[in-house]
Amino acid sequence: MKAYKVFAINEGTVIDHIPSTKALKVIDILGLENEGILTIGIGFSSEKMDKKDIIKIENKYLKKEETDKISLIAPNATINIIKNGELKEKRKIELPEEYINIVKCRNPNCITSVKDIKTKFKIVSRSPLILRCLYCERVIKAGEVEIL
Amino acid sequence: MDFTGKSIVSIRELDKDSFLKILVTSKEIKDGKYADCLRGKLLATLFFEPSTRTRLSFESAMRYMGGGVIGFAGTEYTSVKKGETLVDTIKTVSGYCDVIVIRHPVEGAARLASENAGVPVINAGDGANQHPTQTFLDLFTMNEIFSDLSTIRVGFLGDLKYGRAVHSLAYALSLYNTPLWFISPELLKMPEYLVEEIRENGSRIHEVENLEGLDEQLDILYVTRIQKERFGDMQEYEKVAGCFRITKSVVESLGENIKIMHPLPRVDEIDQEVDTLENAIYFKQAHNGIPVRQAVLGLVLGVLQ
Repeated sequence: MKAYKVFAINEGTVIDHIPSTKALKVIDILGLENEGILTIGIGFSSEKMDKKDIIKIENKYLKKEETDKISLIAPNATINIIKNGELKEKRKIELPEEYINIVKCRNPNCITSVKDIKTKFKIVSRSPLILRCLYCERVIKAGEVEIL
Repeated sequence: MDFTGKSIVSIRELDKDSFLKILVTSKEIKDGKYADCLRGKLLATLFFEPSTRTRLSFESAMRYMGGGVIGFAGTEYTSVKKGETLVDTIKTVSGYCDVIVIRHPVEGAARLASENAGVPVINAGDGANQHPTQTFLDLFTMNEIFSDLSTIRVGFLGDLKYGRAVHSLAYALSLYNTPLWFISPELLKMPEYLVEEIRENGSRIHEVENLEGLDEQLDILYVTRIQKERFGDMQEYEKVAGCFRITKSVVESLGENIKIMHPLPRVDEIDQEVDTLENAIYFKQAHNGIPVRQAVLGLVLGVLQ
């Protein structure tokens, strides 16, 4: 029998293949801090990636539009929906249409930099990734993205 | 496009059909149609930043159409001074009027206003970002002289880094695939993200540092003021202040048919002696702000279709 370092869950969502040490950021983006029992594993060995993090969220089935929010920090994460102890759905992360309060605008004179306003970015191009601030309209390229 | 109830925040949300609608309606108004059609309507002009032409032409436009105007120019005697947020100001004022015109020094302020207002919001300039109604009157002025916007050759000279009028207009012209020349010293170059976008839209772009070799190459030279107020570092401003000046002889060297435009105000970038030349159309351009803004107000208020 395989010895699990993170306990299996009967009901809920497992987010696997998160780049190592990004698990807490994923929880932050998904707003899971007060969403019941979370099991977090950091720095596990992985065949696909050097090190990975894993999060298990009990009794909550995350929807695609929710998990796609982590696409900038965990683009290769896999989402497993577990029901009655069985894997019911497995899916990849895709880029959403827009990011709300996830990306920081680099323009110091943007209203989101000056005031306490949620940032909003639309995707202008998926490959290469280019985002546009909905407020000041400046664009950010993939290598310039800074997560809030 | 039906403009009724819509905010006008960015040129990026509009297309050539929208521009055509505005240009045609502006021409009808200039020819004397639709007088008094906004009777009973109220405009609020919220100017958090100085303005002469934009504010006064919006107010004139509203009054010529029979409507009324409230508002402020500068925040000295408003609750903004007490610390009221932009969102609260907008939510309050939108209950006092039918349409809001806003100018603000921070980029994205007009978008935030449009998200929180119950009435249409017209962006009259947000920092270095957008100034769509300036673009409409620029296109209208160009279209009065040159009927085909896709074949004219337009040079932009001056502060292409911070000039929002340039940013909005160059983007709009790129939708017509208009060939564009960006003429500026290195420090005032057009932002790279805009150059890429304009090029992708289909405009052929030439980037040069001065007017040398452009004799007979341009139909319009669009000159802009160096935006001193947007420089974070005054030493950087001093490096470029007064670095170009359009005189009679410069105009003559560009060819007898060249038209000189400027969104105004000017400082010293166009010599006053140029004003007397047939080539200078910047005051005509400023006056076109009235019919164009009348058209915009009539369209967003749904009185004109």
